[in-house]
Amino acid sequence: MRYAMAVDTKKCVGCSDCVVACQTENGVPIGYCRDWVVEVMDGTYPQLEIELRSERCNHCGNAPCVRCCPTGASHIAEGGIVLVKPNKCIGCGACIASCPYDARYPHPKGYVDKCTFCIHRVREGMKPACVAVCPTKCMYFGDLDDPNSDVSVILKKRKAKTLIPEAGTQPQLYFLI
Amino acid sequence: MATRRQFIRISAVGAGAVMAGAAGFRLLASELTDGQKATMAALNKRTPTYCEVCFWKCAGWVYNDEKGAIKKIIGNAEDLNCNGRLCPRGTGGVGMYHDEDRLRKPLIRTDDRGTQSFREASWEEAFDYIAGKIKKISAEHGPECIALFTHGSGGKYFSNLLRALGSPHIAAPSYAQCRGPREVAFQATFGEALDSPERLDIRDTKCLVLIGSHLGENMHNGQVQEMSDAIDKGATIITVDPRFSTAAGKSKYWLPIKPATDMALLLAWMNVIISEELYDKAYVEKYTFGFDYLREHVKNMTPEWAYGITTIDPTVIRETAREMANASPAVIVHPGRHVTWYGDDTQRLRAVAILNALLGSWGRRGGFFRPETFELPEVIHPPYPTPKRTWRTEFPDMYKLADTVLANGVCDATVPDPSRNCQFKGWIVNGTNLMETLPNQANTLRAIDELDLLVVIDTMPMEITGYADVILPECTYLERFDELRVVQHRKPQIALRAPAAEPMYDTRPAYWMARELAKRLGVIEYFPFEKIEDQLDWQLKQVGSSLEEMMKIGVKTFDRSADDIYFYPDEEVEFYTGTGKIELYSSLLADAGFDPMPVYTKHEEPPEGYYRLNYGRAPMHTFSRTSNNPNLTDLMDENTVWVNPRVAKEWGLSTGQYVHLVNQDGKRSEFPIRVRVTERIRWDSVYMVHGFGHQEKKLRRCYGKGASDTNLITKVLVDPIMGGTGMRGNFVTFITDLAREEVAS
Repeated sequence: MRYAMAVDTKKCVGCSDCVVACQTENGVPIGYCRDWVVEVMDGTYPQLEIELRSERCNHCGNAPCVRCCPTGASHIAEGGIVLVKPNKCIGCGACIASCPYDARYPHPKGYVDKCTFCIHRVREGMKPACVAVCPTKCMYFGDLDDPNSDVSVILKKRKAKTLIPEAGTQPQLYFLI
Repeated sequence: MATRRQFIRISAVGAGAVMAGAAGFRLLASELTDGQKATMAALNKRTPTYCEVCFWKCAGWVYNDEKGAIKKIIGNAEDLNCNGRLCPRGTGGVGMYHDEDRLRKPLIRTDDRGTQSFREASWEEAFDYIAGKIKKISAEHGPECIALFTHGSGGKYFSNLLRALGSPHIAAPSYAQCRGPREVAFQATFGEALDSPERLDIRDTKCLVLIGSHLGENMHNGQVQEMSDAIDKGATIITVDPRFSTAAGKSKYWLPIKPATDMALLLAWMNVIISEELYDKAYVEKYTFGFDYLREHVKNMTPEWAYGITTIDPTVIRETAREMANASPAVIVHPGRHVTWYGDDTQRLRAVAILNALLGSWGRRGGFFRPETFELPEVIHPPYPTPKRTWRTEFPDMYKLADTVLANGVCDATVPDPSRNCQFKGWIVNGTNLMETLPNQANTLRAIDELDLLVVIDTMPMEITGYADVILPECTYLERFDELRVVQHRKPQIALRAPAAEPMYDTRPAYWMARELAKRLGVIEYFPFEKIEDQLDWQLKQVGSSLEEMMKIGVKTFDRSADDIYFYPDEEVEFYTGTGKIELYSSLLADAGFDPMPVYTKHEEPPEGYYRLNYGRAPMHTFSRTSNNPNLTDLMDENTVWVNPRVAKEWGLSTGQYVHLVNQDGKRSEFPIRVRVTERIRWDSVYMVHGFGHQEKKLRRCYGKGASDTNLITKVLVDPIMGGTGMRGNFVTFITDLAREEVAS
């Protein structure tokens, strides 16, 4: 089992609904976020291109945050989901420094927090909150080992990229282009 | 000049006491209605609602946490407006409930030796005060001199109250400040207004033309969803916008038009479609009136003619016209929504309507479907008294085709004028921040100064509340029952809003307020049900449902009365126009003395060193209503002014720098605004998101953040056809040296 997510940059309008849905679903305090929207603009008027994408933890196959965690709080759970155990985390921030995607933040309660792919929902057979709420249906989630999962199907159909592949982290967040 | 009425910051009321009272003023359990008790018992379960953060009114479910606090809101999968997916504002609606800056107690204005302030009052005292003033105004001037401004669910009850008293003056700024010109144009053409949500079959369209719509930045939820579906299915999107909007980024064609010239492009498209015989001939022949007039009218309006006006390459004009025709009839030239721009807006929207008629998209799959609305039995009460006069009397021969009360008309007729024998003396304002809604704030302030009574009913201390005589704190949509939502769609549906929590503080629902006032004003028979949930149950039982059932399902879908969502082949269709046909040549406009077919008019251009002020929406905010919402402010807490790099270079501006804006009349922005240097905007205009630059200090999260476009809209281009207030004729320049300005002032 290998969970992954694909975000269709051709459909995303950058509304940030994924951000609010994550905050209300996961009780992320106001002022912090586990996912966010990036706008990349290229060209000069009127020859312009824009890419909008909803970003979050890449749940890397080769996760530097897990390797550098001194307490074992950062670990890999079922399906390759990278998680943090708040009670084991000492808030040292090594993982924050090691993450090339800037996907982690120090929670005001003293531990490091990040996207969990909504593992509590996934275990119940639901989709992550961001995927479920997105008005443009631009996010696809599922098990890459299942050829019929939403994410497998869309990755077969469409061209995709990952972010900073040269870091060698084996990211599992794909962007359809 | 000293004015009688001062703007009072609500924080003047013992701020400490208000702050400390966070947990106080909750309703006692004994005060709860049966419906509310049932809801309380169901905590930790989901409660049905429909959203009040914008007018789209998506239905959803409210979830409470184990302590009973509202935790999250999720779309109702049955709902055709949202298909189970709320937009960021709907998801962030929880912030409206949790906002600690909410209005908490009824407040009454006091005047202590010339120093005005507010004091807390009991509900009884507030109602007695309002009823006393209404009685006095009615006796001295007539009940017609009281007007309601509304943009929200509570408006229905205050409207009922005013009509019962004999005033027809129910004004919604959503008409003359927003979509009014569009509704008149579509009535004149197809005999029907578009209404909301619009009957656009975007999910099945093959070509979507956005001219005057930044869909995706305006989160008209169902439409954004369907645009995404259309992208999936390979539809062509053509976007006309001087700014590289989000939608432009998804488009095959982006036409970076010179602002204020859209009419020329629309006419040139008609010219190509007619001269190249690309129009739907059978459809035009069968359903339309005035094609020959139109052909003659646009014959010289070639793409080359339009090029000189719009700066759009004639080849692109031809190519895009052909794209539309190739997709016909599955093509939509989007009618937009906020269309009050230049004062000839009804005519511009007529051009949009005519283009759709030529392409045969009205009544066709992938074009405009035939919506159906559920017929819900109305509450039975005595007939309303006939008003002795209406606002129209005060505007003889003006705005002939306005089919509703103009908010700006009421405002204008409140200022004394020798030509008018009636003035408005009382305003009731519910859920609309008139200071940010009506253009020309100075005029609004002059009008407010003439009032004997200004009542504001809101959940938040907006700018308008500072001018009120009485402020009634409404509970949010998450804490109350309201009318059933009945809107048009592909299938008729109803949706229920029920309280998911007790009203916080000493806030109450609008139904209760209106009924309490009705009691005091002797018109209680217009509110036959003591509790709104009894009314809902009565209505629902007559249509085969019940409040109990709706509490469980939230949304109920009914079958269409006929399978007629699109025209049948060769269907005989009677259009509600003068000729019974789709009018390319409008007999209605001709009879009223206006151009029967749209004409291009050159609009004023910015003077040297000034830039046209364009404004729009961000997907996470609704007008100025959400600017203090903790969840949504977290996503965007101030607006920026978008400036083209060429302009930035000339002025030495860089991204992140604060500037002041000053308009052509010398009106300066109240607060500085950050610059965003971006290639996404033309060099002849600037852009900002509407709804920021709040002046009310009690809005602690958004006070002073960014600038207000409304503040800079002092020039209003009024549409002579229906009174719409065109707001895109204002030009601004920059004050860059803020430090020097501070010293100088």
